[in-house]
Amino acid sequence: MAIESDVLVIGGGLAGLTSALASARVGADTRLVSYKQSTLRNASGLVDVLGYTPAGEGPLTDPYAAIPSLPTEHPYRTVGVERIREALSLFDEVVPNYRGGHTDTNALVPTHGGTIKPTARYPAGASAGLASDGRDVLLVGLESMVDFDAPHAAAHLEAAGVPFDVRGVTIRFPGDLRADAKVTRYAKLLDTNGDVAVRGRNRPVREALAERVNAELDGEARVGFPAILGDDDTAGVRAALSDALGAAVFEVPMGPPSLPGLRLEDALFDALDRAGGRFETGNPVVDSDGEGRIERVYIEKNGARIPNSADQYVLATGGLVGKGVDSDRGRVYEPIFDCHVPHADDRYEWFEGEAFGDHDFARFGVRTDEDLRPVGGDGSVEFDNLRAAGSVLGGYDFAAEKSGSGVSISTGYAAGRRAAQEAQ
Amino acid sequence: MASAPHIAVIGGGSTGIGIARDLSMRGLDVTLLEQGNLTHGTTGRMHGLLHSGGRYAVSDQASARECIEENRVLRDIAGHCVEMTGGLFVKRPEDSEEYFQEKLEGCRACDIPAEVVSASEARAMEPHLAKDIDKAISVPDGAVDPFRLVAANAASASEHGARIETHSTVEDLIVEDEEVVGVEVEHASGAGERVHGTEGGREEIRADYVVNATGAWAGRIGDMAGVDVEVRPSKGVMTIMNTRQVDTVINRCRPKGDADIVVPHETTCILGTTDEEVEDPEDYPEEQWEVDMMLETLTELVPMLEEARTIRSFWGVRPLYEPPNVGSDDPTDITRDYFLLDHAERDGLEGMTSIVGGKLTTYRMMGEEISDHVCEQFGIDAECRTADVPLPGSEDFSVLRDYMDEFGLRSPIGRRSVERLGSRADEVLKTDGPNPTVCACEGVTRAEIQDAIGQSGSDLNAVRIRTRSSMGNCQGGFCCHRMANELHDEYDEATTRAAWDELLEERWRGQRHALWGEQLSQAMLNYALHATTQNRDNDPADGDPVDFAAFDDGVEPADGSPRGGVATDGGEYCGD
Ligand SMILES: Cc1cc2nc3c(=O)[nH]c(=O)nc-3n(C[C@H](O)[C@H](O)[C@H](O)COP(=O)(O)OP(=O)(O)OC[C@H]3O[C@@H](n4cnc5c(N)ncnc54)[C@H](O)[C@@H]3O)c2cc1C
Ligand SMILES: Cc1cc2nc3c(=O)[nH]c(=O)nc-3n(C[C@H](O)[C@H](O)[C@H](O)COP(=O)(O)OP(=O)(O)OC[C@H]3O[C@@H](n4cnc5c(N)ncnc54)[C@H](O)[C@@H]3O)c2cc1C
Repeated sequence: MAIESDVLVIGGGLAGLTSALASARVGADTRLVSYKQSTLRNASGLVDVLGYTPAGEGPLTDPYAAIPSLPTEHPYRTVGVERIREALSLFDEVVPNYRGGHTDTNALVPTHGGTIKPTARYPAGASAGLASDGRDVLLVGLESMVDFDAPHAAAHLEAAGVPFDVRGVTIRFPGDLRADAKVTRYAKLLDTNGDVAVRGRNRPVREALAERVNAELDGEARVGFPAILGDDDTAGVRAALSDALGAAVFEVPMGPPSLPGLRLEDALFDALDRAGGRFETGNPVVDSDGEGRIERVYIEKNGARIPNSADQYVLATGGLVGKGVDSDRGRVYEPIFDCHVPHADDRYEWFEGEAFGDHDFARFGVRTDEDLRPVGGDGSVEFDNLRAAGSVLGGYDFAAEKSGSGVSISTGYAAGRRAAQEAQ
Repeated sequence: MASAPHIAVIGGGSTGIGIARDLSMRGLDVTLLEQGNLTHGTTGRMHGLLHSGGRYAVSDQASARECIEENRVLRDIAGHCVEMTGGLFVKRPEDSEEYFQEKLEGCRACDIPAEVVSASEARAMEPHLAKDIDKAISVPDGAVDPFRLVAANAASASEHGARIETHSTVEDLIVEDEEVVGVEVEHASGAGERVHGTEGGREEIRADYVVNATGAWAGRIGDMAGVDVEVRPSKGVMTIMNTRQVDTVINRCRPKGDADIVVPHETTCILGTTDEEVEDPEDYPEEQWEVDMMLETLTELVPMLEEARTIRSFWGVRPLYEPPNVGSDDPTDITRDYFLLDHAERDGLEGMTSIVGGKLTTYRMMGEEISDHVCEQFGIDAECRTADVPLPGSEDFSVLRDYMDEFGLRSPIGRRSVERLGSRADEVLKTDGPNPTVCACEGVTRAEIQDAIGQSGSDLNAVRIRTRSSMGNCQGGFCCHRMANELHDEYDEATTRAAWDELLEERWRGQRHALWGEQLSQAMLNYALHATTQNRDNDPADGDPVDFAAFDDGVEPADGSPRGGVATDGGEYCGD
């Protein structure tokens, strides 16, 4: 007997979670199965919609205005502007601690490398850091944190011409955490406001940290930290520091492991749980049955292959990073259903000579019809009841465009809604 | 002439740097000129085999003898650059028994310790060898890190007063009355360590003697004075795997052939190689068939390579030299020996000698011979000491164990730092501040990076080759910006940005030949880290000014009213 549901979503990243949410919220019996941690662990946690056109124009102020002139194979053209707006509304509703929904205009968020980048939604914790806010900024780095060098980032932001004064200082984090302490270690300590030993005396960490920063503060109205300010109680940590410093406090998004990305993943799983969706993680989907229509898929669990069947399926297994698209020396493929992935035969055409060239590989992924169903090389639908969403889709370069989360959320939303509609 | 003759050495590969060390230790005044980084040429693009001589034991016994002799010397003077892995010549059923016997006898004739080992013994040493191999010969091959070796020679030469100029190209030779009396140099960024954005300039350097040690480029220097140096550049590919599938050097026991050797190197294995004559040592095709051949052919020896992950491939050009009367058609027939060409004897041009050919393994011996020759020109009788005085970092190898304890370096990271630094570990790792890891793949800490910056100016590629930072599995995805952060302490933002860009481009270059499977996924991740998270592909500091006022400043409308025309209810689906 196979495990059954109306809709089965494969993949638990932004696309899969949004898809399952959209499906569960219209009442379909929805299951989500996912193998490993999603790309959100690596991603900044910002939700970009569109920052640059494929031709490189930007930063764009209004992402929606540019969408109708994207190439036809772009997933945004498949779902259309209205669907993108609906999807973001759903996002705003289920992830209340994100900001940016009050306007169509992109925000410019400082990055840990000292650049700024256009995005559509940002965690509340990043909102005091926006580069269009004219208040002066003090960036605070930690001596043992090699990913964020505050004086370097400040100098870089200045070179970018930000409309405020920005200064960076490096402090030693109070207490004696190991030089290679993980970000979660800092976050937990701040969450619990645990004691740290400072000159032989035990003190709550928030107070001790604020004291060190206060010694450096020179009237700046905003203070930015690397994104380590708590995991469960980020608002509390920020408020406490803000009080003690008399300045607005914000986080600068960081690379992996990215706390803002992980917090977003948690928030979406909670929302799915509340919406009545079921989920199971830790085991991969490895195979399927069915010609033209998927009858069942197999999940590998402790060496056994367990059948799962549904009326409708959503493929949201990610791109090259999430392993929804894989390759060997000869070809690029989608491993579960072997959906067609267009690519040049000669692998030396998959990339360009410069690091930031117009790489083909960045656009690898399945192509779909108007209903997000993967199509073969001849343009015909591969399976009647399979839709694809997120990074497993091809035809766009999210890294260059800054469109990753926006595409995952909007295509996930559209695929989940359509799957639920078909199943009922 | 001043108190000591001034010698200009052109070329900062193993040959040039070995000469610079030797001459400066003998008290001569040395200036070394290198157009790129140290190891910019073939030395930075070689296989990393410390030859036992076994590979030449049948075809080229003179080279084989030199190899084993220098193999022993380098273990003494450069212990921290060498890993004595041992090597095997493996015979498969289809390989000739006669050749196997010739190899064994050849090794013995050249004084190379060689033993026959059975298939099961060989597989006990290296479990991933193919099941159907016949037998093998064991020899004292090893692995050598060319970057560390050259850096240590440079440090020693500097200690003895040599001036080492990198990013300084010799544009012309100054010839007066049929004698080379100096060189014209273009500095990319002023004399001294390289700093990005510093104005370069031309300098005329007078010298009492010039040594041309430019390897595959030697012909071009010859042209500047109208003499012929017939170097025949021959390219070879090397493909780097993500882990050490083998811990011993694995050679195929058969006459010359492509794709016949795997060398373990630090955390990786390097497969090689090909041998194809090329016209231009700087511009030659890097071909896909070469990479495919490495994997396909070497799988016959180590089957798991078929499935293993490749992290990048790179090519090097052998500076082969053949005396004018030989005329080999096939580059694999050209001798691996080195030649000293005194242009006075050969061409009637005084003041310059070229040294061409040879191997990294014999760099010191080449340096000794040419230094003898230079000293002879000036009637100087000074003994060569390079075979006896250890290189900086290898002075007292027994101290290593003490450092491990002292720094609490039981972790793999600490162990690897100490292995890289050798006896310099103390001086480098003893810092006041915390010493976090900058490059996790290779276990490189801040203190090592800072030490390397001290030796490299603002050149992050020079820091990379000294420390191995950004050279592991992730190919810099996670650490290029960290290395830039470390640089910023000493250099300003614009300088740092230029160095960072250069590092990103360099890291991209070699990866391109490994872009499938895991490494393609890694490349996409790296691209996203740099372009998406950091927006380095549209760095606002490099581009047009940004109109900040036109973007969201975070202030929400006071009345909290929603945007016009947008469904915020997440309500019913309205159909497609
Ligand atoms: C380094 C980095 C930084 C980024 N920064 C930003 C940013 O700042 N802003 C932005 O908007 N976007 C950013 N993105 C892009 C954005 O994160 C992605 O587009 C988005 O997270 C992709 O979501 P997804 O659900 O399509 O795929 P993924 O998050 O990759 O999820 C796929 C899921 O499917 C699972 N899976 C795969 N195969 C199977 C299988 N066989 N069976 C079961 N499950 C399977 C995986 O384990 C994974 O959990 C970034 C991406 C990266 C890599
Ligand atoms: C594929 C391959 C694999 C190899 N594997 C091994 C091995 O495993 N073991 C081994 O022992 N040997 C090996 N070798 C041989 C060894 O690498 C070389 O013999 C050795 O590195 C040559 O060093 P070099 O200093 O003579 O030349 P290079 O390292 O090429 O140095 C010459 C330098 O001169 C500089 N230069 C050129 N023109 C100018 C100018 N006008 N002004 C200033 N500078 C200039 C160049 O930039 C270059 O850095 C290998 C070679 C190849 C190609």
